[in-house]
Amino acid sequence: MPAAPLEINGLCAGYGPTLIIEDISFSVKAGDRLAVLGRNGMGKTTLLATLMGLSTRHDGQIKIGEQDITDRRTSTRADLGIGYVPQTRDIFASLTVEENLRTGLKGRPVAALHEAYEMFPRLRERRRNYGMQLSGGEQQMLSMARTLLGKPSILLLDEPLEGLAPVICDELMALLVQLAASKEVTIILVEQQIERALDFADSVMVMERGRTSWAGRPEVLIADRALVDRLVGVGIH
Amino acid sequence: MTDIAIDHVPGKRSIPFVQEGLGALTIIALGAVGCFLFPDDLALLTRLIGISFLVLSLDLVTGYCGIATLGHAAQFGVAAYAVGIACVRGVTDPVALLAIGIVAGTLMGLISGALIARFRGLPQLVLSIAVGQLVAALANKLQWLTGGSDGLSGILPGKVFGIYSFDMYSRTAFLFSLATLVVVFVALSRFVRSPFGLLCRGIKDDDLRAKMIGVAVYPRLVIMYGVAGAVAGVGGALTAISTGVVGLDSVGFERSAEVLVMLVLGGAGHLWGALAGALIFQIFEHIVSAANPFHWMTLVGLLLILIVVFAPRGLIEPVLMLVRRRAGKGRPS
Repeated sequence: MPAAPLEINGLCAGYGPTLIIEDISFSVKAGDRLAVLGRNGMGKTTLLATLMGLSTRHDGQIKIGEQDITDRRTSTRADLGIGYVPQTRDIFASLTVEENLRTGLKGRPVAALHEAYEMFPRLRERRRNYGMQLSGGEQQMLSMARTLLGKPSILLLDEPLEGLAPVICDELMALLVQLAASKEVTIILVEQQIERALDFADSVMVMERGRTSWAGRPEVLIADRALVDRLVGVGIH
Repeated sequence: MTDIAIDHVPGKRSIPFVQEGLGALTIIALGAVGCFLFPDDLALLTRLIGISFLVLSLDLVTGYCGIATLGHAAQFGVAAYAVGIACVRGVTDPVALLAIGIVAGTLMGLISGALIARFRGLPQLVLSIAVGQLVAALANKLQWLTGGSDGLSGILPGKVFGIYSFDMYSRTAFLFSLATLVVVFVALSRFVRSPFGLLCRGIKDDDLRAKMIGVAVYPRLVIMYGVAGAVAGVGGALTAISTGVVGLDSVGFERSAEVLVMLVLGGAGHLWGALAGALIFQIFEHIVSAANPFHWMTLVGLLLILIVVFAPRGLIEPVLMLVRRRAGKGRPS
């Protein structure tokens, strides 16, 4: 699927009656990359979960291109091109690496698995291992590879670098940069590693207590460490 | 998204149908061993194969999809009654009767699945029991059709392919059942490794994760129930054809509970586990009940306790671990 634009208007959502995010509005052009930053507990994960249809929406609208997906089910959203790599990785523990990848093919031929193995050669070595036997980094690679095999038009990444060794983070970020350069997928990245996120994104949204507290170009934040410290609570080193 | 694959690096590929071929040969070999060991008990072996289909069917929904059910005999029983009724009313071709069993089992599976797959956990279990009990009560009430508590008798199937008649030594019934088992087992081996089968295992792992990659969980579970119904239907049909009688026991709660025990014994989530559980349980039951008609249930209970304590994932698990270990030698992992 080609990259698709995403438009969010006045989104309010949470879990059950509890409201976590309020009046969020933003848009991302097709092929662009948005970094969503903020301290822990500010609603970043809930925002992605809401885009995927995994939380309770109270108000607002979500559109992919001209298509309103606000009331669509999670599985339908995935079919429409939203790929989600959650913080918890969410691979199938009782399936092997190869079987996990095959579940992400979405009707594509099995030969397409080579794309995943080219992206992450380590997965080829581990292809007969079960999901539960993988390290955190390998699980993240598998989760990402499985999502990418489905050729998403919009990719939602929830803290993909969390808990990973720096060398693995470099590998993953290199892949994301390569993906972004192709302009064939729209990427929304939630990340706590501020410097990496700012280097990667072409627009940034900062969340605070479920609302947008700042939005703009990453260069502004890169140039103003005090502003980053005030918004996110950490400086750029 | 860009296509990153540049070089096609072929991995180690398994030769198509080798696993299925080996499976078929193993079943044929087991059948030959059965004939050799129990030449006068072919009727028992035929019954054993009929029940094996029900355990395989249960494995599809419980072992592969994680659906808790204690009413699975409904599909087996409905198919057995459908075949019995059709045969009594003039349809005597065994292959046609088998087809009737498959259709009846599939329909019952789809109806059961549509109800049961909506829920998870205890409500699902209770609903499965309710469906099973409802079918059993109907079979009992509709005496004019099913024979009620007397059972449906007078089922006299014709010759297989117009050549082989069902003899009193059950030779034809056994070979017909064995051949059907080979075909169904090979088909199921392919099916559970298909993307559909893998996603069902994914749903068993975590249905939310499955939804996140675009899987419509409920329809898949209903379809799987339909497939399981077809397999149970084959078992019900073969049992009706080979025994010539269909009784209330074929839809009863005891039958559902018994096949669940067989599945746990063999190992849920593996076709070989289901088959092994069905064979071992029924042969053990046969031998022990003959040796000690008064306390055989105690011995069966003891066996189950030992299995659950020492091999909680079923008897097949240690075998599979051995196979995996051997297969893993010399392979990076």
